[in-house]
Amino acid sequence: MSISTSTEQICFLILGLIVIGGSLGVVLLNNIVYSAFLLGGVFMGVAGLYLLLNASFVAAAQILVYVGAVNVLILFAIMLVNKKEELKPIKALRTRKILSAGVCTGLLILLFRVDITTPWIFPGPNSIGELSTERIGEHLFTDYLLPFELASVLLLMAMIGAIVLARRDVLISDIGTGDSVNQSLIEKSNEQILLDQSSE
Amino acid sequence: MFTSDSIPLQDYLIIASVLFCIGVWGLINSRNAVRVLMSIELMLNAVNINLMAFSAYIDGNLIRGQVFTVFVITVAAAEAAVGLAILISLYRNRTTVDMESFNLLKW
Repeated sequence: MSISTSTEQICFLILGLIVIGGSLGVVLLNNIVYSAFLLGGVFMGVAGLYLLLNASFVAAAQILVYVGAVNVLILFAIMLVNKKEELKPIKALRTRKILSAGVCTGLLILLFRVDITTPWIFPGPNSIGELSTERIGEHLFTDYLLPFELASVLLLMAMIGAIVLARRDVLISDIGTGDSVNQSLIEKSNEQILLDQSSE
Repeated sequence: MFTSDSIPLQDYLIIASVLFCIGVWGLINSRNAVRVLMSIELMLNAVNINLMAFSAYIDGNLIRGQVFTVFVITVAAAEAAVGLAILISLYRNRTTVDMESFNLLKW
């Protein structure tokens, strides 16, 4: 075993421990802020795994998008909704957790069996390594052009939708009376509009 | 350039499946709505690890798995933005993030 091989294996082991231990912390810790920071660590570990697979472009995209954007967004949301609240106790919560843990373990065993017993076709063609950035660009502008454009439209729609949903101060006035309309969620009824319609 | 004999493909798949199952468990059992979104991100990352491993070991020439991973990252970013906006709008109306108290779609 050469020294590069053993170095690669040690890196893989450390990254795997970071990813699995961090994700366990994300799910199990009580404090949600610690969970969010550990989630950033998990994303970094996954980016390290991509580097081990010779995919530097996707590793950089992972760090930029997940750690730089998604994780920061999650932290902002936690700061906006963080309030000390006592959750209502639920009957048989522990039983539910154990039951779902059993189901997840079954799924895990099934996946392990598929992973180990399937004869994957080896060896495939040699990996192109550092050429992958150029190859991704070629893919994006030739045979994956339609999904690429759809992704840009999806991002635009998501951005507009998020702004509309999260803004509080959009005030729509009633067309008939000119009064402001109650724009709360469904369970608060819009009496104003209903009254106007019945009076006309 | 790329030695595929040092780490077998199965190791990557095993890490991805463990990550996916932890994400499923967190998705079912979290009562904080933010933690549910974080569990979804964990599951998406597990799928990404699978795509990248297959793209490096089996499809090393035309790295289609990496392109799909880029798309998955894009969709995950959009999903996080819309999900957190919905969460904040729900919090304004219910002043809680407890998943058990959200029953808006019940009839």
